[in-house]
Amino acid sequence: MIPFDYRRADDVDSAVATVTGNPAAAFLGGGTNLVDHMKLGIAGPELLVDVTHLPFDRVEELPDGGLRIGANVRNSDLAAHPLVRERYPALAQAVLAGASGQLRNLATTGGNLLQRTRCVYFQDVTTPCNKRTPGEGCAALHGYTRYHAVLGASRHCVAVHPSDLAVALTALDAVVRVRRADGERTVRASALHRLPGAHPERDTVLEHGELITAVDLPPLPLAANSRYRKVRDRASYAFALVSVAAALDVADGRVRDVRLALGGVAHKPWHATLAEHVLRGGPTTVDAFNAAADAELAEAQPLPDNGFKLKLARNLIVSVLRALAGEDTR
Amino acid sequence: MTGLLEPRSVGADRERVDGAAKVTGTAPYAYEQPVPNPAYLHPVQATIARGEVTDVRTGDATALDGVLAVLTPFDAPRLETGRDAELEILQSPEVHFRGQLIGAVVAETPEIARQAADLVRVSYARSDHDVSLSADHPGLYRPDEVNAGGETDTRQGDPDGAFAGAARTVEATYTTPMYHNNPLEPHTTVASWDSSGLTIYDSTQGVHSMRQVVASTFGIDESGIRVVAPYVGGGFGSKGTPHANIVLTVLAAKRMAGRPVKYALTRQQMFSFVGYRTPTIQRVRLGADEHGRLVSLSNDVVEQTSRIKEYAEQSGEPARKLYAAPNRRTTHRLAPLDVPVPSWMRAPGECPGMFAPEVAMDELAQACGLDPIELRVRNEPETDPGSGLPFSSRNLVACLREGARRFGWDTRPRPARSTLEDGWWVGTGVASSAYPVHQSPGSSTATVRFTAARRYEVRIGAVDIGTGAWTALTQIAADALDVPFEDVDLRIGDTGLPAAAVAGGSSGITNWGWAIVEAARVFREKFGADPSPGDERTATQPENPNTERYAMSAYGAQFAEVRVDAYTGEIRVPRLLGVFAAGRIVNPRTARSQLVGGMTMGLSMALHEESVTDERFGFVVNHDLAEYHIAACADVRRIEAHWLDEHDPYVNPMGTKGIGEIGIVGTAAAIANAAYHATGVRVRDLPITADKFL
Repeated sequence: MIPFDYRRADDVDSAVATVTGNPAAAFLGGGTNLVDHMKLGIAGPELLVDVTHLPFDRVEELPDGGLRIGANVRNSDLAAHPLVRERYPALAQAVLAGASGQLRNLATTGGNLLQRTRCVYFQDVTTPCNKRTPGEGCAALHGYTRYHAVLGASRHCVAVHPSDLAVALTALDAVVRVRRADGERTVRASALHRLPGAHPERDTVLEHGELITAVDLPPLPLAANSRYRKVRDRASYAFALVSVAAALDVADGRVRDVRLALGGVAHKPWHATLAEHVLRGGPTTVDAFNAAADAELAEAQPLPDNGFKLKLARNLIVSVLRALAGEDTR
Repeated sequence: MTGLLEPRSVGADRERVDGAAKVTGTAPYAYEQPVPNPAYLHPVQATIARGEVTDVRTGDATALDGVLAVLTPFDAPRLETGRDAELEILQSPEVHFRGQLIGAVVAETPEIARQAADLVRVSYARSDHDVSLSADHPGLYRPDEVNAGGETDTRQGDPDGAFAGAARTVEATYTTPMYHNNPLEPHTTVASWDSSGLTIYDSTQGVHSMRQVVASTFGIDESGIRVVAPYVGGGFGSKGTPHANIVLTVLAAKRMAGRPVKYALTRQQMFSFVGYRTPTIQRVRLGADEHGRLVSLSNDVVEQTSRIKEYAEQSGEPARKLYAAPNRRTTHRLAPLDVPVPSWMRAPGECPGMFAPEVAMDELAQACGLDPIELRVRNEPETDPGSGLPFSSRNLVACLREGARRFGWDTRPRPARSTLEDGWWVGTGVASSAYPVHQSPGSSTATVRFTAARRYEVRIGAVDIGTGAWTALTQIAADALDVPFEDVDLRIGDTGLPAAAVAGGSSGITNWGWAIVEAARVFREKFGADPSPGDERTATQPENPNTERYAMSAYGAQFAEVRVDAYTGEIRVPRLLGVFAAGRIVNPRTARSQLVGGMTMGLSMALHEESVTDERFGFVVNHDLAEYHIAACADVRRIEAHWLDEHDPYVNPMGTKGIGEIGIVGTAAAIANAAYHATGVRVRDLPITADKFL
């Protein structure tokens, strides 16, 4: 760990200006990921700008019936919020499926989205990693790949994004609000994270100095019938092998509308648009659910250690859709 | 031995005498020991698996404010060599495994030490390495003996011929992966070396054994060394023998000439140089007659060791002695690799070596159409199959029957994959447990002293690594002296006390307790029931003539209920139940904690733990607690440990057999057998993960 300066931000504009103007500065949220990276030598910011005292610490109801989640809302508070639990149960379930109670008490909404991959090679500076040091090579590609990507990877990077929250937000059409030096912009949650391509060092579309201030959840009635299921190598406190966030609206034995996203399969939360397309208007049958999963996974390219993820993802999609369809499953 | 110690305090459910200090954070562990003006160490580790350090550039590190010293292989103080290659660090530029200690920075703060260690630039001449264990590794060799002094190979009768002619057979290969001990308290050393001598506060399982190793490694007299360890946050064997971190810290203390040096390992470093359980490849062959009686039993074990120091895990041991069989073979072969030195982990040999035969027995039960308990009962030996000696006591069958009763085994449907509840396949399984009674006569000495406050001070250099020894030894001393528990003040964890054996092999109570009983006996013999302040007697644990006449082991039976998600393969263990016969139980509270702890660690072994080696780099890549999975609270549901009242007059005057390790022996097999019963999928390679059921 190398010495760094610490500054507590009192207002958002100066925080954004400070980090924008200093390539070696970083925002500090809960610190549950960044501080680890500083110890491990993965990150070495000269200046930490602590944004946790900025007034983004509330969950507010929007006039249209949606919710605005402040970037500083702690994961525990987000998962416990009555309106989140009532209107977007998959979101609360996703947050509770992540990390541990202690970490959730500290981790923020914005920080959760910006956490970095848990690829063991990324996390060990003695092995090459293009995400950590562009051009160095990817140790994971021919290494231990049980947890790695089966969709959308490149030869430069096969890492997966570890956030559960991000998978649920992707499924729920959330919009990320971002402050930048010259104003504000919004990014769909499903478009926040990138596929690795030739630049795995960039996890998201955000530019240096851009600060997440809130996440907006649109009014989405079908989200009341939503679910997050995460399969992992122990019952708690482990990253996903595969996870599924889904919301389903059924009428007369047919899928009126659906949202589906996968975690643990790609460099970003995977919005399963192909499966959604197959499902919409179709019957709520196990065959139809299987066909939808197959459509989504048709292009998957597993690595030597993670071929099981295809069957696991397929089974998990079907299992979650069956549960959401309930007695309407035929 | 005539009669056992009359139990009054022994057997009582007592809170830990050290409990309040621990839960209030006032019990000083090694790192918290107050020393004046400490300096802090951070190591430099090799980033190649084999080769030589050709150059170490320390300029950037020493230029940092607060850096006090940098040690390298080229300038470190010299050690005595030729004894233990694991400990001979910084004595040559050779690199024998990735992660090896090749240097250290000592600085004013831990942060500066860590930063400076990252600035030390090391150049290497790299050689090809080999870290890959396989059953047909070309370098496999036969060690002269295995850990704990057992024979490398055993053979009785004609195992192959009997197997070929058997009516029912099972032949399969089972594997257990590499495991790393991860006690809550990482290995920690605080060393101060000044004109008055060398003082070491350490997280160790044996203060005297450690002093001996430090003395011989540094070529100094033991009398000039004091080792102190009043509280230790878990060891499981990894702190049973000194590892290179202690040598590194003492080297630094020597360089610092009087200023104390502190070093606590990071969690990642726990995966590099403080030992681990070797992976095992076990080929088991069971042959039985049509009634399920074994006619042939063999386990051929392949494991790894390091090139620089041999460690041969005795995984063939359980197959030598658990069941009767006229024809039998056990073998151990090792592949010497460019890896850290394997070492002890809770129930070395007995734990991995019970997994394979006990899953094979489940497979044999199926092949014979027998209930797995009935199969085991039919193969109960009359005398110890290994030595031919009678048993001092053996209650395996009683454990199986009592466990079956408590668990509700009789309602179990016979066929596998026959119960589906709410989307989960449900099954149950059983396996046997056994662990030998180890004892080291003459290893432990105790002093009893009557003080001016009219209390009994009992002094022995034992160590409580979280087992409850503080409390149990006090109970034994109270009964040995025939006084109330409250009248005894125990002193342990310091080489200033009489010498004592290491806390290992589940033998602490046997060795230390016996020394205390003997010291109390000679004390009373000399001073009677009404001693004067200052009266004192010292005695050493004597020989036990019964060890030549009887085979001594603790036994147990473990039952598991397993549920496997029909869609995802997720596996849960809602219930584990163990019944043990381990002689007299000194303290039910701490005993239950030991047994439940062992079973929990066995569950963790069954479902989660696996150190993954990347063969290209030669090190364990999942080297932290986020990626190396240990059972989380959510994985540990209902775990029950029960025991039978067992009277064994031969083991020691307390009648105890040792309970630190038996809890982990057999658990993984019980869970694997239950997983088979649930799903019809036989998993022979640990850990049992979701993907294996898809």
